[in-house]
Amino acid sequence: MTHPREAGAPILVVEGVSLSFGGVKALQGVSFDVREHEIRAIIGPNGAGKSSMLNVINGVYHPDSGTVEFRGERRRNVDPHRAAQRGIARTFQNIALFRGMTALDNIMTGRNLKMRTTFLQQALYWGPARREELEHRARVEEIIDFLEIQHIRKTPVGRLPYGLQKRVELGRALAAEPDLLLLDEPMSGMNVEEKQDMCRFVLDVNDQFGTTIVLIEHDMGVVMDISDRVVVLDYGRKIADGTPDQVRANRDVIDAYLGVAH
Amino acid sequence: MAEASQDTFPRLLLSQAKARPERPAFREKDLGIWQTWTWAQALDEVRAIACGLAAQGFQRGDRLAVVGDNRPRLYWAMMAAQALGGVPVPLYQDAVAAEMAFVLQDADIAFAVAEDQEQVDKLLENVPQCPSLGHIYFDDPRGLRHYAQGELTSLDALVALGREFARRNPEFFAAEVEKCRAEDIAVILYTSGTTGNPKGVAQTHAAVIETARVLVAFDGFTEKDEVLCYLPMAWVGDFLYSYAQSLVAGFCLNCPESPETVMTDLREIGPTYYFGPPRVYENILTQVMIRIEDASWLKRRIFHFFMGIAKRVGMGILEGRPGVPLTDRMLYGVGSLLVYGPLKNVLGLTRIRVAYTGGEAIGPDLFDFYRSIGVNLKQLYGMTETCVTVSMHASGQVRLETVGRPMPGVEVRIADSGEVLVRSPGVMRGYHKRPDETREAIDAEGFFHTGDAGYFDADGHLKIIDRARDVGRLANGALFAPKYLENKLKFFPYIKEAVCFGHEREMVCAIINIDMEAVGNWAEKRGLPYSGYVDLASQAPVYDLLRGCVQTVNRDLARDATLGGSQIRRFLVLHKELDADDGELTRTRKVRRRHIAEKYRALIDALYSGSTHCYIETQMRFEDGRTGMVSADLRIAEAEVYDVAATLKAA
Repeated sequence: MTHPREAGAPILVVEGVSLSFGGVKALQGVSFDVREHEIRAIIGPNGAGKSSMLNVINGVYHPDSGTVEFRGERRRNVDPHRAAQRGIARTFQNIALFRGMTALDNIMTGRNLKMRTTFLQQALYWGPARREELEHRARVEEIIDFLEIQHIRKTPVGRLPYGLQKRVELGRALAAEPDLLLLDEPMSGMNVEEKQDMCRFVLDVNDQFGTTIVLIEHDMGVVMDISDRVVVLDYGRKIADGTPDQVRANRDVIDAYLGVAH
Repeated sequence: MAEASQDTFPRLLLSQAKARPERPAFREKDLGIWQTWTWAQALDEVRAIACGLAAQGFQRGDRLAVVGDNRPRLYWAMMAAQALGGVPVPLYQDAVAAEMAFVLQDADIAFAVAEDQEQVDKLLENVPQCPSLGHIYFDDPRGLRHYAQGELTSLDALVALGREFARRNPEFFAAEVEKCRAEDIAVILYTSGTTGNPKGVAQTHAAVIETARVLVAFDGFTEKDEVLCYLPMAWVGDFLYSYAQSLVAGFCLNCPESPETVMTDLREIGPTYYFGPPRVYENILTQVMIRIEDASWLKRRIFHFFMGIAKRVGMGILEGRPGVPLTDRMLYGVGSLLVYGPLKNVLGLTRIRVAYTGGEAIGPDLFDFYRSIGVNLKQLYGMTETCVTVSMHASGQVRLETVGRPMPGVEVRIADSGEVLVRSPGVMRGYHKRPDETREAIDAEGFFHTGDAGYFDADGHLKIIDRARDVGRLANGALFAPKYLENKLKFFPYIKEAVCFGHEREMVCAIINIDMEAVGNWAEKRGLPYSGYVDLASQAPVYDLLRGCVQTVNRDLARDATLGGSQIRRFLVLHKELDADDGELTRTRKVRRRHIAEKYRALIDALYSGSTHCYIETQMRFEDGRTGMVSADLRIAEAEVYDVAATLKAA
């Protein structure tokens, strides 16, 4: 599938980011950029530092050195809340939903940042709070329609199969109307059909809302099919960066994945 | 009662919009909220689509393919085509592109309305083979933004075009509707056809409307009724029971939010009548039973206690039969409060007045379950060629084994061969572009040959027993309907498949397949050890279990003067499952009788020779394509038969 949309100017620039936990060097001087409207993949073997990179971008980890520049604002330390306000939303590798709440309510929590009325007003469900809730609900319903999860709208998330939980989590991230969407292994643990669905949703999000997407993925086939550009990490270092075809032909990447004869 | 001004679908639409402009005509759940269109609004939309189509060159007599899930706009597109004197051709939305190609070519489709990207893709794939297909309109634009094909237009754009056209030609729509005649073709419905290509059944406005009027009068439908349209639009059931009846009676068609949400939508809408093939009712019941088994001990006990009561007296109360003791009535009342009412509410059946089923045989347990909790489930009989509606149970005269008496205006005749012949206003004009097959199906007197074998019982109820060509006679002349017997056997949970033999032989014998899951469970509960399928199938207690089933069937048959002679005398339990991979079943799981007779000739000879054992070796194909041999020494068992005359007298 081809996208006629244009990748624009860099929206996110990561420069020389290093991060260590005690003696473990998770990231060592990693630099790359993400352009507006593109799908950017970060791949690498287990323990390569992919999730750490994502956590640095949305401020869960603070890098030891290096900077992250988002929409022209350069900073080293930012907390996740601020990152979310600036338009970065994410999903998690091991799903972090409120299991006892319905799919609808879970997605509604994604609207939290957009809510202007106070807790007390909302509790009374009166006047502006009511109006606002209706607006948010309408937006959430659009997301439910978009992700085709109408049939589980009122189902507690804990009762849903894994593939659908992942979809709900994507829905919650979308509810924040982000400029940059970080997806941590959105296809892990899915069967072929679920993967295809998820690919389609990722492409549709990118296409319809123009959302810039950074995704971490294990499944090479998926990555090569849907990404515009790919960064490859290995032992915390960047070993390749380019279009899927360039990366596929890169010697270091092949070595990192298949091992080298010593 | 058929006023001349309402003899075509577009005129019915006009009269509904005039008679009840503010009543809801269509509902669809969109973004979580039920959206309603009144009859006046529906007419407005239909007019816009019709004018748009006309502006795009749609001519009288042109055919419009409609493909997608049930959505108001697709129904409107059908109405629009009819208003222009065109013929809607609804297609099955789950057909793959290659299957669509045949219908698109056969019906010379030039205009098509598709629901979404999925359907558009399939239609576009067929454009090279169907060069006439020049206009494709889509309802849901999602994913279609980058499609540049010249054939594609959105329905929104078509509607806008139509409104513009209507502004310039205000008299156009009314004039087109005026030109429609009752004997014009109103729709072409393709029958799936078990053999060869599907056949297009052409029905006139008069036939469908006449039939719908009979149905509306039969169960007293009014504008206040509600129905959920969830069955394929290409199926005659939806066209007649939703589309046509709503236009005749003026009630509202409710379209589900998505195919997955049907159960929820059903609950929210609470339809007053419902139509579904047996498997839909079966799925609902299975879901209920699974959830009941997961419920707490107390709830389970309450459920089973009251279901016992319902089974005993529920049907008597539903049918208003006398002789139900007061205590039972009171218990049933309590059960309604505690179990049946809430259960019906969960299933969305609270407001149901009538529920129909048809198309295939329905199991007694299933049938009784719904009727015992107070759902007025009835069977009907018919086919696309007769606008369904050959016969139907009247309320209060529902009997599981029959399909009721012929409907008003329908003549049913049983041919000497046993085949059911039908003459009614609803019999089709003919198969589209197939005059030879039409002549074969409809005789000089206008009777349609259904291909089904049946007979009338003592009360004048029609009983359908089998396909006519499968029905045979025993050597002594007794009627033998293998599928009827097999269905009866298969209604037992322990029996997965059964094949009966007896044509031109002295008695009926059966080969039975156990249902591994059900019999396995049964064996476990009894502490009966077994090593696998072959072992379980050959155990003496299993044979006893199945003998019980066979004898129940025999006892049932003995009550039937016509089929009582074909009781099953000997049977065996096959050591392997009949399988489509081995050519024993078709892909739709119908038994291939002749092939089985050939393959298991040794077994059949043993059944008829009176021996008690038979050794057999069969080739079996595994899922990975390899083949292997299984062998077994099969036991042959006898079943008791009952005297027909004595049983009839006792009853």
